[in-house]
Amino acid sequence: MKADTDTTARRPNQRPELAAIDDETMRSVLRKMHLIRKFEEAAEASYMRGLIHGTMHLSIGQEASAVGATLALMDEDYILSTHRGHGHCIAKGAEPARMFAEFFGKENGYCRGRGGSMHIADVDGGNLGANGIVGGGLPIAVGVGMSIKAQKLDRVAVVFFGDGASNEGAFHEALNMASIWKLPILFVCENNKYGMSMDIGRAMAVPNVADRAVAYAMPGVVVDGNDLPAVAAVAREAAERARAGGGPTLIECKTYRLRGHSKSDRNLYRTKEEIEDWRNRCPIRRLEAELVAHERFTPEVLMTIEEAAQAEIDTALDFAKASPDPDPKDLTRDVYAD
Amino acid sequence: MSTLTEAPVESAVRELTYAEAIREALAIAMEADERVFLFGEDVGVYGGAFGVSGDLVHRFGTERVIDTPISELGIAGAAVGAAITGMKPVLEIQFSDFVTLAMEQIVNQAAKIRFMFGGKAKVPMVVRLPGGSGTGAAAQHSQSLEAWFAHVPGLKVIQPSSPHDAKGMLLSAIDDPNPVLIFEHKLLYKTKGHVPEGDYRVPIGKAAVRREGRDLTIVGSSIMAVRAAAAAEKLAEEGIDAEVIDLRSLRPIDFDTIAASVRKTHRLMVVYEGVKTMGIGAEISAMIAESDVFDFLDAPIVRLGGAEVPLPYNPVLEKAAVPQEDDILTAARRLARGDA
Repeated sequence: MKADTDTTARRPNQRPELAAIDDETMRSVLRKMHLIRKFEEAAEASYMRGLIHGTMHLSIGQEASAVGATLALMDEDYILSTHRGHGHCIAKGAEPARMFAEFFGKENGYCRGRGGSMHIADVDGGNLGANGIVGGGLPIAVGVGMSIKAQKLDRVAVVFFGDGASNEGAFHEALNMASIWKLPILFVCENNKYGMSMDIGRAMAVPNVADRAVAYAMPGVVVDGNDLPAVAAVAREAAERARAGGGPTLIECKTYRLRGHSKSDRNLYRTKEEIEDWRNRCPIRRLEAELVAHERFTPEVLMTIEEAAQAEIDTALDFAKASPDPDPKDLTRDVYAD
Repeated sequence: MSTLTEAPVESAVRELTYAEAIREALAIAMEADERVFLFGEDVGVYGGAFGVSGDLVHRFGTERVIDTPISELGIAGAAVGAAITGMKPVLEIQFSDFVTLAMEQIVNQAAKIRFMFGGKAKVPMVVRLPGGSGTGAAAQHSQSLEAWFAHVPGLKVIQPSSPHDAKGMLLSAIDDPNPVLIFEHKLLYKTKGHVPEGDYRVPIGKAAVRREGRDLTIVGSSIMAVRAAAAAEKLAEEGIDAEVIDLRSLRPIDFDTIAASVRKTHRLMVVYEGVKTMGIGAEISAMIAESDVFDFLDAPIVRLGGAEVPLPYNPVLEKAAVPQEDDILTAARRLARGDA
């Protein structure tokens, strides 16, 4: 629903993908993209200062695929995420404060400090978890799809995975089963060009992950993963098809992670020029520029949204720092359900 | 489903095979709860590679008895996904050996999700695994891998030895909010025994004393519990009074029942089909050694396990690779009498 003040309709020269997102939704999109970026920058800084004990995988530069692919989702829809999953969590509605608390290993983190960055989940919020195993979420998504179908629910599942995961056997098994059973799943590949250090061009014989969709008789769509309206449009169409019983779609978002694979990465496998080139294609700045060009938002309004996101992150970080640690006497709780 | 911990008393003794008992448990669970469904390779019209699912597809339809592609990793993951979103999947892995292809989903995902998520998810899935040797299926279709999974916190591992327990334990497993692996010995599928009608439960984590005795304790599960019980009858004729404990469940393990028995008999033998080293025998021996029960031992513990070899095809070699009734007899005589 568009508010009276919505400017979308009054801007005739926009591309349809951009016009499809009204102002209110766009504010939410921008807020989430900024939250993701600033969350990860703050996480990185906390790590440098020795405040975070474990590893993390940053998705800085990939915010458009996370937010775009989940834009058509309802609260009750599901996502399954990856080791590089902070963006997916925030996009699905997770609170940065409880995510930070999880990073810090605190009792009031999403997983009571038991999971950390690679296992953040918010089952009640439809986030069935990040995953430390490359491709681990793909077969699980099939079961989620079976569950949706068996319970006759009007839901879809979005499973994120990287280009590297598309070389796992789990990818083949999952896409095949999802297709033969016409399950309501969006397979969203965030192709950031590298599986750790291995260039996808050296790891895969076809040029696009989406080309593999042919083998499963499902639509395979390549989209500019740094173009939020484009990702959102592709995902919306796929979600509508899934809800209508049309089965799964493989969406490949071509994107780039601006940071290394993890903290051990010294960027020996790629050039500074390449990283710089992608830095100039920042999905957030690019979207903002387009919105300003079409007079949807003024730079001042955009600045306000960004500052509000930063304030939210600052507060969230304070919450995490002040949170209690788990008690070692609870070490073995929740290994089994009663 | 009503929950009965013991079988209802019946006037007439009804006998079913182990396979029929499992099928009956599946039917009862599916009848009672529409969240329960069975899936796996050839479980539909084929009726399962060992005939366990039988006619279930005709009774419950293809939406609830689902043939899957040959994708063990994929179907194990699908079970996880269905379980965390409100279903109660029962997955058949055609031969337990093929679970090697599904290890990732069972060990990294199913076992850990609840803990990793801070207790905010449940994974109520059952994996049925036909295993064991004796069918001439050779090294890749005959293994006993249950100890691998008993090493993983978050999983439950059970090994019923009788049709009665197979039905009652499977019903308990389906009701359990955790991932439960049920190892079904292929040689047991055609064995017959008393199986009560209707719904009853045999608890997970509780061993059964199959025969009371004073001279030694023999612990085993699945077909080894059956062989131990048969051996004990022969030993009795020779004046050796063996107590036989059917372990039934490997994780959680019922150490109390074993401990109570060894306190009485002062001699322990553990029999298992899996490879001897680093197996069930090692764990039970260590539990005894670490506890005050150690002081009750009058002789070293005997482990009778599978040979350190991939299972051979030749039937003579195959039998030689896993404990048979005669092996139990020989070892028990030595242990009871202190023969060299």
